[in-house]
Formats: sequence, structure tokens, C-alpha cells
Amino acid sequence: MKPAVLTGEHFMTGDVACAEGALAAGCLFFGGYPITPATEIAEHMAARLPDVCGTFVQMEDEIAAMASILGASCAGLKSMTATSGPGFSLMMENLGLGICTETPCVVVNVQRAGPSTGLPTLGAQGDMMQARWGSHGHYEIIALAPASPQELFYLTITAFNLSETYRTPVLIMTDEVTGHLSERVVIPEARAIKLRQRPRPKGRKDRFKAFQPGPNGVAPMAIAGEGYGIHVTGLTHDERGYPGMNAETQLEMMTRLTRKIQNNLDDIIRTESYRLEDAEIVLVSYGISGRSSLAAVDEAREQGIQVGLLRLITVWPFPERQIQELAERVRGFVTVEINLGQVHLEVQRCAGGKVPAILVGHPGGSVIPPEQIVQTLKAAF
Amino acid sequence: MENVKNRSDHPLNSILRTDRIPHIWCPGCGIGTAFSACMMAIQTSGIDLDKTVMVSGIGCSGRGAGYTRLDSYHTTHGRAIPFASGMKLANPELNVVVFSGDGDLFAIGGNHFIHAARRNMDITVVCVNNLIYGMTGGQAAATTPCQAKTTTTPRGNPDPPFSLPLLAFAAGASYVARWTILHTRDLTKSIEEALNRRGFSFIEVLAPCPTGYGRRNKQKPLDTLKIYQERTVIKNGAHPMDAVMEFGSSITLGKFIDEERPTFSENYDRTCRPQSA
Ligand code: SF4
Repeated sequence: MKPAVLTGEHFMTGDVACAEGALAAGCLFFGGYPITPATEIAEHMAARLPDVCGTFVQMEDEIAAMASILGASCAGLKSMTATSGPGFSLMMENLGLGICTETPCVVVNVQRAGPSTGLPTLGAQGDMMQARWGSHGHYEIIALAPASPQELFYLTITAFNLSETYRTPVLIMTDEVTGHLSERVVIPEARAIKLRQRPRPKGRKDRFKAFQPGPNGVAPMAIAGEGYGIHVTGLTHDERGYPGMNAETQLEMMTRLTRKIQNNLDDIIRTESYRLEDAEIVLVSYGISGRSSLAAVDEAREQGIQVGLLRLITVWPFPERQIQELAERVRGFVTVEINLGQVHLEVQRCAGGKVPAILVGHPGGSVIPPEQIVQTLKAAF
Repeated sequence: MENVKNRSDHPLNSILRTDRIPHIWCPGCGIGTAFSACMMAIQTSGIDLDKTVMVSGIGCSGRGAGYTRLDSYHTTHGRAIPFASGMKLANPELNVVVFSGDGDLFAIGGNHFIHAARRNMDITVVCVNNLIYGMTGGQAAATTPCQAKTTTTPRGNPDPPFSLPLLAFAAGASYVARWTILHTRDLTKSIEEALNRRGFSFIEVLAPCPTGYGRRNKQKPLDTLKIYQERTVIKNGAHPMDAVMEFGSSITLGKFIDEERPTFSENYDRTCRPQSA
């Protein structure tokens, strides 16, 4: 019987590394539904969870998968699901429930090219705006974009930590290429992995208000079966969790839900800089395209162009400040992503017309070759 | 209304969220009676109330979860069952009761219902069947009788309805019963029984919706209750195939199925973790 944390050096795919990351983070419930190219995550969890006292359940569809992980989380377990485009679309309804009810959980999207069934076996980054706005209503979301199997391992742990800390679903927006890529993955010892747990209530149970924020803006979370007698609803609700069908309650709730993210951006936003110090042109990229961009930086530098890379590890909330600061001192931005311009819209917005921002992108099916980035750079700047 | 609101001696007060009363249900609506029966059953069943959870979907019946002091979860339309399944699997000590309506559980949530029944998920599902979508103003449901008038079938419903006990049985539910809100004693007993057994239990409760259904089908609240009184026949143990629901002639009530079979968790433990089972 294998332990939850497989300390050691491994050669594994991104999908498997993601599953191992979840187990290392203490995930004990996986509700899934098969879909290429995310199926291996479910398969790996199905094999591993029973041995660590967890439960895997293959639900009847992605709607149910998403609902089941919310239920499991409300009953006290760290829970997760993994899917790709079509399934991600089906999860949007209950993703909103998770956000509104402040239920921690992790949703992995191994992106493939869309729309619709698209290219099931080929990668893309076309769901980035769906990740931001796919469920109805206004909300804040946290989405991370890993660039390698090793990072999928670590960021899955980070995703659980952020979801527990801020009581909200966290998305891992990876892609087919990273998910199916086999690379070296180093898993540290269990005690070296820092885990965070959801804030828990203290004090008198009868005075407990289920959605009253603590000092960092996040309300302590009571678990079903603990005797708090909480009411949790996807309706607009007040701090007690009671529905309030009016604009005031809506404003109050939305302020709570958005502030807990916006006031903690320093903890949530992660970026990686490469040769940015003296860069005149900045590539902004994430996930697998971040790796193409890394190679492009070196290639362009060899050709005498002063380029650097800002790799977004957290894509949502968008690292606005980082881009705005760069916009003050560089000559331009190039967004590199496998879609026709989604995160690019944000880069343009934050560049604020001060410097040009152009896109290197295509609609999916292959990774972006570094040469294409360099060529575009040379032509544009 | 005021004295109802201020009564402190209601027998269910300890598990009702009295500060949320008055409820939203219309005068003459049957949901309140079904809900009281459910609450009464929970209270008298002897199960640990701290470990008892109510999960609802969306609709008039779906508001049930909001009126109990138990841990209660008011989820999305049709999704109460998969949410409840996740809860039960995460903490098998919980008693999980799904209280929702026919539109929620059998149209948008139909797929979830049959799969939870197939797996014998250890939850109790109480479905208030009022033959209509009440909250949205009286549209046809998967349970609306053929030819009945609704706002989306103004000339009469061209579709046949589901027989819920038959569907539940065919999908694998290990406990299946049907009552009306007039048969509160049987209904309460049935829910109590379901709460104290393992496996997927399904209880259909016929209830009038005078606002959405009665009004368009020439049925005053009392007329519906008369039908429940005069045309119902209790046949415990009847095959769900024979559980008819002809409002013009005969409605079969009773406990139709009560069979022990392994639950999802028991099967999972036995198959997937034999060393610990
Ligand atoms: S609309 Fe119908 S089901 Fe809804 S509360 Fe009124 S009577 Fe009851």
C-alpha cells in the first residue's frame, strides 16, 4: 500500500503528477467523469484513493461530479475533479454554487481545442476567459497555470492551499500537452509540504454566523454534522446564510465574496520573471506557452533583442500591477497563448495604451514554436 | 398569522428555523404538510440530529432546507442528489435527507436520480410531487398528467407523465413508497422507516399546488384533497408496475419496495479496499 506522499524522484506525466499533488495536499475525495485528455487524473485517483482512506466516485456526468465535490467539501474533505472543455462547460453551474457558498475545492481543466468537441487529443489554452467568467454573475476566481509536470504537482498543492485559505473553488488551467508530457517529477518528504486548512469556527455554536468574515475577510467554515446547524444556499444570503432577496444583501454578499480575494492578492498572485531586469520587450505567457516563450527569450537575446518573460503562474486574479509597472518602462508586450487573444485582452488593458501589445497565438492543436515568437518580435519591434 | 408566528410550543420548534417563519408557501399548498411530516419523522426516528443534513434543489419544495435548524444545503436546480451523495461519501456518519420537488428531481435532475438509485447511495429522498413547476408559475413537469393544462401546455399536456415509483424501482432504489399529504401518519412512518435503514430510499408525496396546477385544472385545494381521500387505495407490497395514478379513478399508495442490498459504500469498500473491509 503506497503512502499519500510518494517521496522520491519519478518520471511521470503531468496528469499523474497532478493527481499525486492532490494526494500530497490531502485530497480525499474525487468525483469524476471521463474525458480526454484529463481522464488519467481520474484513473490515477481511482487507483490511489482507496489506499489512503479516500473515495473515488465516477459520477454520471460532469454536472454531478462538480456537485459531488462540493458536497464532499461541505462534509469536511478536501475534494477535487478534473475535466476538459466540454466537461468544464457543464461544471460552470455548480462552480458558481461553490463560489457563492464559499466551498473550497479544486477543479482541473486539461485544456483541449474547442469550441464544442473540438480537438479532443490536442492542446489549447482556449478556456481562459471561460475560467474567468464562465459561470453566471460577477465573481472573483483563482486560476493557476502550470507549465510542467513538476509544476502541476506543486501547483495542485498550492491550489488546495488557496482554496482552503479563501474558501473558494480554485481552478488549475493546464493543457493537453502538459498533461500528457512525461518528465522528471521530484516529490519531497511529506513534512516538507506546507498544507493549509480552511479557517474553523470557535466559540458558541448557537451564536455562530456561517458567513461572517474573519480578519482576512474569510468566514470560518463549519462542517456538516458538527452541530452548528448552518444553512447554506446559492441564493443571495446574509452573514447568517439566510436568503435576502434585495439589492442591499446582494451588495453586502458580493462585497464579502470579492474583497476576500482582492484584499489578498499578494498571497494569491504568483509570477515568474526571466531576464526582465533590462528587457525592452516583455513576453507575457503562461502554461505550456510559457515554455515556448522561455526558449524564445534566449533565442531573441542571441540575436541582440532585449527580451524578457513574465510568466503568469496565477492567471486569475490577473497580475495587473505587475503588467502596469512594466508598462512604465518597456517598449512593448507580446502575449503568447494558444488561442486567438484572451489573456491578451488583459495585457492590452493593463498596458493602457502606453506601449503596444501584440499577440502571438493560434486557435489550438499544437504548441507555439519559439521561432514564431522571435519572428513576430523582430517584425513588430 | 401573528399568533402562528409567535407560538412557542410547536412540537417541531426545536428543529425549525423559526426566525425564518412565515414560509413562502401559498395558502392551500401541500408542501408544508409534507415538510412537517418529514421533520416529524426526523425528530421521532431517534437518529442523531447533529449528524442529520437536509439537502434541497430549486423550486417551492426546494425551499424546505431553508426552514430547518439542521445543517441544510440549498443547492442548484436538479443537483441535490449528487451534492448529497458527495456529502454522504465524505462522511458516512451523516444521515442525508434530500427534500425537493418533482420538477427538480425528475426533469433536470432525472439523470442524477437514476444513478444514485442504481448505486443504492445511502440517502433518503423525499419528493413532493405536485405535478407542476410551482415556483416559476405553473409550467408542465415530467409528472404532469396527460391533457392537464399548464402555462406551457395551454391546450392540454400532450406528454405522458413518469410513474415515479416505477422509475425508482427500475433504477434500483431499495425502498420505494408513495403517499399523499392526507396520509400524514403513513407518510411520517414511511420517512422514519427510511431514515433508519441503509440504502437509497425514495418516498413520493402527492401534494396540491392550488396556485400553479389547481387553478388551471378546475381543482380547488379541497377538491384535490377529496381526490386523495376518495380515489386512493393503499396496497402495501404492490409491484411498482401496478402502482397506478389515474386521478379520475384510482391512485395506488403504499410501501412498494423494501429490500436490503449493499450500498455504494459497502460495495466500494469490499471491492476497492479489501484489506480494510
Ligand atoms: S406555487 Fe404551488 S407549490 Fe409553490 S408554494 Fe404555491 S401552491 Fe405551493
